[in-house]
Amino acid sequence: MFAYYLQLGLRSLRRNPILTALMVVGIGLGIAASMTTLTVLHLMGSNPIPWKSDKLHYVQLDNWSADDPFFDDGRPPDQVTYRDAVALMEAGKADKQAAMFKLSLPIQPENKELKPFQSLGRVTYADFFAMFEPRFKYGGAWNRDQDHSHARVVVLGKDINEKLFGGQDSVGRTVRMNGVDYSIVGVLDDWKLHSKYYDLTVGAFSEPDEFFMPFTTAIDLKQRASGNNSCWKTPADGWDAYLDSDCIWIQMWVQLDSPARLAEYKSFLDSYVGEQKKLGRFPRPINNRLLDVTEWMRDQRVISRDVEVQTGLAFAFLAVCLVNTIGLLLAKFTRKSGEIGLRRALGASRREVFAQFLIESGVVGLTGGFLGLLLTGLGLLAVRALYTEYKTVAQLDWSMIATTIVLAITSAVLAGLYPTWRACRVQPAAQLKV
Amino acid sequence: MELRPILSALMRSKVSMILIGLQVALTLAIVCNALFIIGQRLDRMHRPSGMNETDTFWFGSNGFGQGYDVKAVQQSDLALLRQMPGVADATSTNSVPMSGGGWGTGVNLQPKQKTQTARTTLYMVDAHALDTFGFNLVAGRNFKPEEIESHTQSERLQSAAVIMSKALADKLFPNGDALGKQIYLDDDSPASTIVGIVERAQQPWVWADNDSIENATLVPTYLPYGNSTRYLVRTEPGRRDEVMKAVEQKMSEANPSRIIGKLRSIEQVRREAYAGDRAMAIILGAVIFALLGVTALGIVGMASFWVAQRTKQIGTRRALGATKFDILRYFQTENFIITTMGLIAGGILAYAFSLWLMQNYQSPRLPWYYVPIGFLCLWALGQLAVLGPALRASRVPPAVATRSV
Repeated sequence: MFAYYLQLGLRSLRRNPILTALMVVGIGLGIAASMTTLTVLHLMGSNPIPWKSDKLHYVQLDNWSADDPFFDDGRPPDQVTYRDAVALMEAGKADKQAAMFKLSLPIQPENKELKPFQSLGRVTYADFFAMFEPRFKYGGAWNRDQDHSHARVVVLGKDINEKLFGGQDSVGRTVRMNGVDYSIVGVLDDWKLHSKYYDLTVGAFSEPDEFFMPFTTAIDLKQRASGNNSCWKTPADGWDAYLDSDCIWIQMWVQLDSPARLAEYKSFLDSYVGEQKKLGRFPRPINNRLLDVTEWMRDQRVISRDVEVQTGLAFAFLAVCLVNTIGLLLAKFTRKSGEIGLRRALGASRREVFAQFLIESGVVGLTGGFLGLLLTGLGLLAVRALYTEYKTVAQLDWSMIATTIVLAITSAVLAGLYPTWRACRVQPAAQLKV
Repeated sequence: MELRPILSALMRSKVSMILIGLQVALTLAIVCNALFIIGQRLDRMHRPSGMNETDTFWFGSNGFGQGYDVKAVQQSDLALLRQMPGVADATSTNSVPMSGGGWGTGVNLQPKQKTQTARTTLYMVDAHALDTFGFNLVAGRNFKPEEIESHTQSERLQSAAVIMSKALADKLFPNGDALGKQIYLDDDSPASTIVGIVERAQQPWVWADNDSIENATLVPTYLPYGNSTRYLVRTEPGRRDEVMKAVEQKMSEANPSRIIGKLRSIEQVRREAYAGDRAMAIILGAVIFALLGVTALGIVGMASFWVAQRTKQIGTRRALGATKFDILRYFQTENFIITTMGLIAGGILAYAFSLWLMQNYQSPRLPWYYVPIGFLCLWALGQLAVLGPALRASRVPPAVATRSV
């Protein structure tokens, strides 16, 4: 029976090609608009490390001026000072911990055919790799001893290893950066992150890091961060005074494996700040925060307001398209009252008429869904062209394709429900009179 | 005009009427708010930077290795740039308007002041800056070459003389007598004297609101970031692209132990800074376009259906003496009534939508005139959409009434 109704539906749709096209295009456009924006929204906000996002916590301490909060709404500063980062690293109270900052360094390739180039990387501790779990292609992370010994070692990203060593296993070789040789201990494999969640202070969709080196080494070489630096008091002259100052320029993450550990770490932070207060620092009330990955992403608005507004508008647009489809289906089915009356008089039950017309709506939905999928692909291409930094979040995955089709059929069937219900209430007798 | 028969006919197909009305209502609400957002974005994108944007470009030079004398390289680079053909002037600077990265600091009227009087960006430049940026000096004087100080990152910034934008000067000294006054660029720095005021100079951060975007101060300082220096170059009109190529080559040749970063024209800096706003405007524009299209086609579809359904009645009316024009007017009026009801609901919806945006996205209130203008546009759209089916209706011959089925 389903096949027969499908055939009837198709035939009826072919009879009014313009009306059918209107409905299909309407659903297609509505689906495409909502799925394009929803895909971007979904990937932007997607949890980058679902298996442990509640264990990784971003450390925030409020060392800001007594007269002037860092954020007007009272949130603590978004980075920490060098002295606090080092104190927390040395205390080692968390299960794993990594302070980090962004660094731009010139790379001088051994291969003289390559010109020296500027490269953006990350300065951090050995625990970084165990906490954020990038996969290694060759070698591995440096160890905590190398952190302590300020070792001149480096982990390269996949792309830069490709550029410098043609993608070969370069572990054990050296790379010269700003006149200093570093020996390569590891090379990362592809590390596809939708957002660079471990450092949101310089934009969630900035380019991936090309190298990683120990924090202690970079400080030895007096390397200043390429990220944001904020001071509420001008530091005195000299590098040591800068390190000792209340300027914030470091991101600090800790891994805490259980809620109990989290509570312990919270009280540790409170007592740490309490002691610093005795030294005359931290003039503001205690305002420590330990947000986990998803909370931190929400706090930093990884999903931009524009994308939220666009998604809202796109769904409102889909609503208009659906209302439009309801109207058109209603018109179409009402015109077929005579045919329905005839079928009913010949013994078809209401249920059968209902099934027949619902299938017809379903066909419209399915066609609209495929058209919508096609247009969603185009829409995402357009988004990538308009927002160059969104290339990681403007792509279709299988779950979104499935969502598109389901959304299309559900909307069309929902839109078809009322017209179908009206259609099967046709009184046979009224239609058979001339 | 006999409204009663139209109304009673409408009452018999309430659902269709409600559907069209709902569609018109949603369309009005979305279009008004989307147009308003587009307008705001266009306003933002067209805020003037105060500098010459057409003939200027900037780039960075990153030296490497021990023994790289960043200051000597800066001096020779500037000398080289200034004598290149097609170059009007050049300066070293830490940042330019709209570039998204720069130096921000508090500015105070008293030493050791507890809360800042205002915040400003600092452009660390030399005596060629006014000429290179193209900032328009409206009071006072330019920096003198001997005022330019050289600092390293680990030293405290001190400048005896500063030049600032008129917007910032007026904020600090509302009486308009800023020239010659002293300010403090930090909580306990020595005083700086305002020696010049420029008409307009924008901050590097385009997200700044209109109130603070022109808080900018020029200080006569050279401060390399490690081994990095940035240069701004202004060319003779029309020669920018050609000079950019020549400069890129010359700079790389002049010193092999450094990397010349990407050269960016200030026009490109502006494009990149506002890419998000531009994208938002284009996306909302596309939504408006598609929405109006779908709504118009929906009205056409519905009206065609009604015409087909009522062919017999139309024939009867024509047979009873109604003119073609009467039929046309009937359908136009019917559409007008439905659209108007939708628009009234849509007006309320538009303000509700705006309220939601205000509460969740700190968006300003929708100006009142958007809704009346939206009314006019959608009335016109409805009348145009129904015109085709209505004309078809008016051509129904009276003889139809005499045929059965």
